[in-house]
Amino acid sequence: MLFLALDSSATASVALGRIEGDQLTLLAHRATEDTRSHAEVMSPFVAEVLAEAGVSGGDLDAVLTGTGPGPFTGLRAGIVTARALAVTWDLPLYGMMSLTALAEAAHSAARDAGQQRFLVASDARRREVYSAVYELTETGYSLVQGPTVGPAAEAPALPAYGFGTSLYPQDLDAQPGFESMQPGASHLLRAAARLGADALSADTSALYLRESDAKVPAVRKKSGS
Amino acid sequence: MTKANTEPLVLGIESSCDETGIGIVRGSTLLTNTVASSMEEHVRFGGVIPEIASRAHLDAFIPALKQALDEAGVTLDEVDAIAVTAGPGLAGALMVGVSAAKALAVATGKPLYGINHLVAHVGVGLLDDCGIEGHSADFLDGLPREGLGALLVSGGHTEILAVRDITGDVELLGATLDDAAGEAYDKVARLLGLPYPGGPAIDKAAREGDGSVFAFPRGLSTRKFMGAAEEPGPHRYDFSFSGLKTAVARVVEGFEARGEEVPVADVAASFQEAVVDVITKKAMLACTERGIKTLLLGGGVAANSRLRELTAQRCAEHGIKLVIPQLSLCTDNGAMVAALGARLVVEGRKPSGSDFTADSSLPVTTISV
Repeated sequence: MLFLALDSSATASVALGRIEGDQLTLLAHRATEDTRSHAEVMSPFVAEVLAEAGVSGGDLDAVLTGTGPGPFTGLRAGIVTARALAVTWDLPLYGMMSLTALAEAAHSAARDAGQQRFLVASDARRREVYSAVYELTETGYSLVQGPTVGPAAEAPALPAYGFGTSLYPQDLDAQPGFESMQPGASHLLRAAARLGADALSADTSALYLRESDAKVPAVRKKSGS
Repeated sequence: MTKANTEPLVLGIESSCDETGIGIVRGSTLLTNTVASSMEEHVRFGGVIPEIASRAHLDAFIPALKQALDEAGVTLDEVDAIAVTAGPGLAGALMVGVSAAKALAVATGKPLYGINHLVAHVGVGLLDDCGIEGHSADFLDGLPREGLGALLVSGGHTEILAVRDITGDVELLGATLDDAAGEAYDKVARLLGLPYPGGPAIDKAAREGDGSVFAFPRGLSTRKFMGAAEEPGPHRYDFSFSGLKTAVARVVEGFEARGEEVPVADVAASFQEAVVDVITKKAMLACTERGIKTLLLGGGVAANSRLRELTAQRCAEHGIKLVIPQLSLCTDNGAMVAALGARLVVEGRKPSGSDFTADSSLPVTTISV
């Protein structure tokens, strides 16, 4: 099955891959390093990966989007891009929690290090991280806690993976080699291959984890009363 | 010329504030104007909350798109071009529409135009039968090459534009330096204990009141700001409503401090008179001094009965033709974006590509990015 995956929970990334059984062949991939250009680059990236692989939208079998958690504006840019592509090409659309990408990237290292449980963390800005706890299973890993948002100091004390660890080294047990790792579309594709298309969720609701900051204004105080 | 060149089928997307709009036009014929509003969600805050509006755009976009295609009876394959509001507006809100529009353009291979929200408000005038009763819209078929202007009044904008060429040459003559008129309505409504949005609430209360009871200030109307026609001051056609809002607050507080009941209807009427008087007076100055013969009144506050009345009266006095689009085309909508997009296609203007950025403060001189 030919899958197009997008993630905009941190950086912006797009990946095209063929999933056969639980194997992924990555055909093309684009990612930004910055975390503030999603609305500009997501669709151009889609056009680029399709062109690079010599594939047209009509050849695809499904679209997969990361659903966050992530900073709001960028997250929406990726999700709405994925939804619009899926509608136009009349393809099934799947959503996957974006921190899954970090777990996918980290679980082998965790297994090699003999860690049964591990934490993944990405930047939630405002001195907080988005995090989730995973447990190794026989063939992979499963989510046991999260996703949540909060100060790194309040996250479970576990070996930690992902860019979030480099921001708060005093609070998180950062594992070497993963300090710059961001959630990305190619790892989402690998996770999708591991899970199998039948196990994917069709829910693409954005995982904001925070309300808007708006406060309902207090009732106006009357002068002299 | 092929039909795609003379009567292009264009899908327009608007998401600059709290309305998710999808419009589809064929040339100057409106096929559908689908709008999903998150206004109800902002009521308890007394104003539009950008993050809430942005979240609503994400939820509303695909359903609105499907509904619009359905109502118009067309498919995305048949569309000749896609147009989207690139700015000005709320950054986070704009980016939902812009991202979606880019995806549609990439997925269909259709040209994409990122266009100016304010010019699109004028662009509704390009549609057949856009006008309301009593206000002829016949300039549309032959949009005047000369002498077109626009007065845009809404919750986010208060502007006077000179539209010399709707696809190539638009000049901002005047704008508010602080609050938009609609914003002033919301704030004053709150002062008076009236509901949000303030425009309709104050308009209604004002009907029972006397607009001459309180002499509220007309912002930027002194000679220092206005200058003279031959030697204009720095803000001859500009607006300011923050001083007016403060003046209303002082009056309301005065009544409260004396333990007297606030004469809500008279305050509302006097406030409305001040807003509408200064807006129309400055618009007439701009029209007569800058050769504007046809004025289009747009934006959500164009629904205001007193603004319509006084604009019509003063335009008549000055021999200026007035066009007021139907209310559904005055408030933010996708049809206006599609209408301007169609004109850009017809005139062979270059599409925007797919790597442009939404610009929350896009100047009115940039008609398409």
